[in-house]
Amino acid sequence: MAGGDISGGKAIAGSVLLTHEVGLHARPSVKLTKLAKTFGAAIQLGTSADGPWIDAKSIVKVMAAKAPQGTTLHFRAAGLDADEAVAALVALVERDFDEAGTQAGHG
Amino acid sequence: MSGQNKREPNGNVGIVIVSHSPDVAKGTAEMVRQMVGEEVPLAFCGGNPDGGLGTSVEAILAAIDRAWSDAGVAILVDLGGAETNSEMAIEMQPEERAGKIVVCNAPIVEGAVIAATEASGGASLDTVRRTAEELSPA
Repeated sequence: MAGGDISGGKAIAGSVLLTHEVGLHARPSVKLTKLAKTFGAAIQLGTSADGPWIDAKSIVKVMAAKAPQGTTLHFRAAGLDADEAVAALVALVERDFDEAGTQAGHG
Repeated sequence: MSGQNKREPNGNVGIVIVSHSPDVAKGTAEMVRQMVGEEVPLAFCGGNPDGGLGTSVEAILAAIDRAWSDAGVAILVDLGGAETNSEMAIEMQPEERAGKIVVCNAPIVEGAVIAATEASGGASLDTVRRTAEELSPA
């Protein structure tokens, strides 16, 4: 099950500050989910270090998280490419979802 | 101009948007393209043949053809007539397409974006529909 129980095993973890002006709303959520889906690893997203954890590949759940600007996003992943997955997702958030200067009207 | 799509080699589920309004159909398709990208076959139609509000089975059939993928096609509709005409269009499909086209019970704009996002990751038609329909009770 994608994004299933990865709490028991060794999970790769990473966190990053969400600086995007509109927070984790529709367009950033789509980008994050699409990127997560490119990895085989199970990946979860939490808005605090203790969870609750949601499946980072579920667009509905990621959008529903509605994380505002200033939230620290936590990722944890398990599987072959878990390292790469967490690094790529953290980098996407750090790059402001590649939307710097184009946020007006998005969200 | 209606329902352009950039066809993927039959990998991802296609999305068809059917609205009573040509502007709603076009605008929804633009949102999908901008937010999700080009990986998903996408087509849209809206309005009756006279240019007024409504839907036409012929236009829906053509949109299904444009968005066709061997993985199937998910249709997002607005009001009742869009759904019944889409169901008629599905019934008129050739046998080899039977069971590979579904109407999603989801809001047209959010459903189209969600369905396309799911489809872009290579999800099955059933998963695409279920994901779009997860939105409905909200």
